Amino acid sequence: MDTRTEEVSRKSKILQALEDQNTSVTFDDPLENDMILNMGPQHPATHGVLRLLIRLDGETVIGCVPEVGYLHRGYEKLAENCTYHEFIPHTDRLDYLSPLNNNTAYALAVEKLLGIEAPPRAQYIRVMISELARISSHLMFLGSLAMDVGALTVWMWAFREREKEYDLFENIAGARFTTSYTRIGGLAQDVTPQTLAMVKKFIDEFPGYLEECERLLNKNRIFIGRTDGIGIISKEKAMDLGLTGPGLRACGVGHDLRRANPYLVYKDLDFAIPVYEGGDTLARYYVRMDEMKESAKIVQQVLEKMPAGEVHALKPKKVLPRKERVYTKMEELIHDFMLVNFGVAPPVGEIYSAVEAPKGELGFYIYSHGEGSPWRLKIRSPSFVNLQSLTTMMMGAMISDVVAIIGSLDPVMGEADK
Amino acid sequence: MDNGFVLEKLKARFGEGSIESSVFRDELTVVLPKEIIVEVCRFLKEESQLEFDLLADLCGIDMYTPVKRFGVIYNLYSLKNKHRLRLKTFVEEEDPKLPTVTTVWGTANWHERETYDMFGVVFEGHPDLRRVYMPDEFEYFPLRKDFPLMGIPGSIPLPKK
Repeated sequence: MDTRTEEVSRKSKILQALEDQNTSVTFDDPLENDMILNMGPQHPATHGVLRLLIRLDGETVIGCVPEVGYLHRGYEKLAENCTYHEFIPHTDRLDYLSPLNNNTAYALAVEKLLGIEAPPRAQYIRVMISELARISSHLMFLGSLAMDVGALTVWMWAFREREKEYDLFENIAGARFTTSYTRIGGLAQDVTPQTLAMVKKFIDEFPGYLEECERLLNKNRIFIGRTDGIGIISKEKAMDLGLTGPGLRACGVGHDLRRANPYLVYKDLDFAIPVYEGGDTLARYYVRMDEMKESAKIVQQVLEKMPAGEVHALKPKKVLPRKERVYTKMEELIHDFMLVNFGVAPPVGEIYSAVEAPKGELGFYIYSHGEGSPWRLKIRSPSFVNLQSLTTMMMGAMISDVVAIIGSLDPVMGEADK
Repeated sequence: MDNGFVLEKLKARFGEGSIESSVFRDELTVVLPKEIIVEVCRFLKEESQLEFDLLADLCGIDMYTPVKRFGVIYNLYSLKNKHRLRLKTFVEEEDPKLPTVTTVWGTANWHERETYDMFGVVFEGHPDLRRVYMPDEFEYFPLRKDFPLMGIPGSIPLPKK
């Protein structure tokens, strides 16, 4: 038997064994075989239901195929069958680590389609909640990456801070996790001065706590050893694969939509875009740590600059009227009835609107036929696109680096699978 | 850079006849025949004054019309010029095939798989055209308008024991 047929027969043996669910495969010469490791979809280090098929030569990864779709709920199909308002709660379930960011991104997309804008106070609040959500998402990244490489304390400390943030979200939106806080043309409700005081307290203390975490990691030999030079991706490859967000900024590309195409009130705020050159896991960690500090700065400025006023645009046929007016005014009652039953009817047209979410560019492409629900709504989720670059990052890594690389990419399967 | 400049460049290179365009909310949409889509994409990426180096998104759309039923939409972004551009091309229901742009942007790989998965549009020359979300045995294309919202009972087979 020549080597070619031998290989084929060997391969079919593995396949047959997998199909028969027979786990005891024996080889004549085990050292000459690549091993296929099936990791996930139920695996704690894959951060959700990500499945990886990893080809190993000894301990070295020589191939990796990510498989997604285990959390596919068909949100794009659902969107075509509900009104623009009804889809807001579904956006919470995309990137469930920063639902406020998705709420904002979706509201901005629909507002762009309608040609309306939220009033200044609502815009400031949206920036505030987006940045708080970014901190919350990056804290999750910090905790899980540190835990993946064996530093358990950081996980506890990061979650202590996230817990405080969830209390803030509960005060702001009324829910800790599934916030559904934005409305088309505004917000569900205004934030109270007490809540703003809580935000202020949190954001004053936060940089100090973050520094404590940094002190545990930045000069930690084990942490540096597990992340430095691991999972490298070059600038050109990252751009080719459409990597966005902290992953791209860790390769030396200073692209951030908040700066490149400012939306909301970002152009009036002073913040830096952290860029690192390494392109490895450590660089991605540094970028996110610096981003959290910048986000804290942004929230400070928002708290100083936030104007008083309405949080709803005055567009009677497009924005849901206030409840007290619905009960007392005939016109508002009619508008409310029409908006709830038939939905807001945007003009015929198509738009693509994107924001800088914690994971990268979160975009909504909406094609409208002029009806109450979108004809087509496409969610450009950063995690889905970023996962493509996993194959490149994994090449040549060791099996123990796999979890660190996944952690550094910070995918959320709710978003990747839609 | 503005929309007019991009359109002028495209028309100068590919001729007036093959390009239709529209502007809505300050976003330029260019509709092209599918035969020249790869050529146009490469031109947009490599031309020194345009440099649309990031394929932000690629998706399908079912217009549910007798002709030109399926559309494929390319949302491009230029990191240097911070400008967006949308390309659009249509394929017929009987022959939903068009060339792949994975040769221009590597990121198109999964996007095209998703479009194939959801609409059944086939990208010719794609290195690995498999379903990305639905199971491989699934026979339908869920985002087509004639696929019911509730799904088709029994269409997702249970795993073999």
